[in-house]
Amino acid sequence: MSLLNYFATLNPVAFTNALPGNIAQGLIWGIMALGVYITFRLLDFADLTVDGSFATGGAVTVMMTINGHSIWVSLLCACIAGLLAGLCTGLLHTKLGIPPILAGILTQIALYSINLNIMDRHANQALSIDKYNLIISSRQLTHAIIVGAIFAIVLIALLYWYFGTEQGSAIRATGCNPAMSKAQGINIDTMKLIGLALSNGIVALSGGLLAQYSGFSDVNMGRGGIVIGLAAVIIGEVLGDAILGKHMDFKGRLTFVVLGGIIYYIVIGIVLWLKMPSDDLKLFTAIIVAVFLAVPYLKGKSKSSFKKAGKRSAAALSSASAKEGK
Amino acid sequence: MLEIRNVHKTFNLGTINEKHALNGVDLTLDEGDFVTVIGGNGAGKSTMLNAIAGSWPVDEGSILIDGVDVTGLPEFKRATFLGRVFQDPMTGTTATMQIDENLALAARRGQRRGLGWGISKKEKTQFHELLKTLDLGLEDRMTSKVGLLSGGQRQAVTLLMASLKKPKVLLLDEHTAALDPKTAAKVLALTDKIIEENHLTAMMVTHNMRDAIAHGNRLIMMNNGRVILNISGEEKKRLTVEDLLVKFEEVSGEEFDSDKALLG
Repeated sequence: MSLLNYFATLNPVAFTNALPGNIAQGLIWGIMALGVYITFRLLDFADLTVDGSFATGGAVTVMMTINGHSIWVSLLCACIAGLLAGLCTGLLHTKLGIPPILAGILTQIALYSINLNIMDRHANQALSIDKYNLIISSRQLTHAIIVGAIFAIVLIALLYWYFGTEQGSAIRATGCNPAMSKAQGINIDTMKLIGLALSNGIVALSGGLLAQYSGFSDVNMGRGGIVIGLAAVIIGEVLGDAILGKHMDFKGRLTFVVLGGIIYYIVIGIVLWLKMPSDDLKLFTAIIVAVFLAVPYLKGKSKSSFKKAGKRSAAALSSASAKEGK
Repeated sequence: MLEIRNVHKTFNLGTINEKHALNGVDLTLDEGDFVTVIGGNGAGKSTMLNAIAGSWPVDEGSILIDGVDVTGLPEFKRATFLGRVFQDPMTGTTATMQIDENLALAARRGQRRGLGWGISKKEKTQFHELLKTLDLGLEDRMTSKVGLLSGGQRQAVTLLMASLKKPKVLLLDEHTAALDPKTAAKVLALTDKIIEENHLTAMMVTHNMRDAIAHGNRLIMMNNGRVILNISGEEKKRLTVEDLLVKFEEVSGEEFDSDKALLG
């Protein structure tokens, strides 16, 4: 009876009403996931800087706009701030020998203070669409989706071009085989620096977009960002491989990363609609990402495991001894 | 073409694992020399190659390539002068990139990598012709990921990559040791062909004494981080495995310790 009551309280209209907002947010996080894809997949560098640089992007965008700069200039500066954050992580790693994950965490934690300073020592700063000429806002959802999509498409095109160039190829080679890259005269330290800077520049850009979309920047807006980015990358890859299979190329991969962000936010929309407390969302996200990361591993294990080999061996031995018994 | 003067290298200095890997290596290669390098385990063969390639800075001594002192240059800068093939077939190529993309990376060795397209149309036809010469059917699989190739195929591609931009010195570090005997023989034949056709100066480390005798115009033997034997010309041509073993005992005062070198 209580279950029936629960379903009776679920309003399908509420879900469809929330859908455009989920898609718009998903697009913005999908752009962020493009940045995560560069480090996580191409550079093989699990970069935790992004939690900080995402908030940096939001903080710079909001503060510069409030202080009278045009939104485009503010976004550009947000990008540059993100670039510098990535560069910082890269230098900690390449010049000071700090392992990737630690280097990212160090920059991330430093950015927390820096972001507070950028935001005039406030934990958050408002940016009202009524006062400023913003390019994306949750008040106009259709417009927001179109703008988000344009940003995503332009970025995908740029990244597709860049990673096809000599320099982009060198970055890909560095991520896959550093020893070979050095033997082919590639300065792998420089390639890591460029990749990290580029990645965090994109992440900061999406932070700037999200701050406009939600009408404020918050020092905690990037917390857990790496997990959401990873979720988008992994959901996108699983889905892309399922749909495109062998035809999955680099363009397809990047597109599906953004789609992964959208799907993630639609799923979030669904669980919120099912009345999961929003406080539990991060737990839910962590579980999703853990499951998706674990699936390929478990799949491989199910094909070949000691347990199964043991069973097969026991069966073969017992049937052999049965024959001998005859 | 290559000059190694009194090069020393000690690993883990001041610890119980201290190892004097190179103890004053002296060696000169003239243009067109193809030197095979043999020696027991820990003799310093691979260490010498890594010293030339710049995997780490040497403690003492000088390394000159074509008259240029490269001792102070890091690995990626020395790559301008060097072609390299490694023991592990996985090391020389990038698995997640296509065959033609790998070759294109090698075609830009020693050049600034800018924002031009990573591989040109002209290169694609050039690579197609080059891959044909391998006779492995790879010319029809140019857009396949290298990770799909076998170890022997990957070593063949690596050899092409190492010689694509004519290196001053080609360094081969036991590049057939991880292959089955038949494939190893093929890759060795290909090595000879590439060195001859491009008139390369080359250095090949091997565990196999017969290979060391059969290939190249010079042979050196290393022991305890030194070059203890240097054979060339007619003497090299007449050399047998037995001669080598006797010479080794004469020069080092020890018995040759590697069964693999005898049996291989």
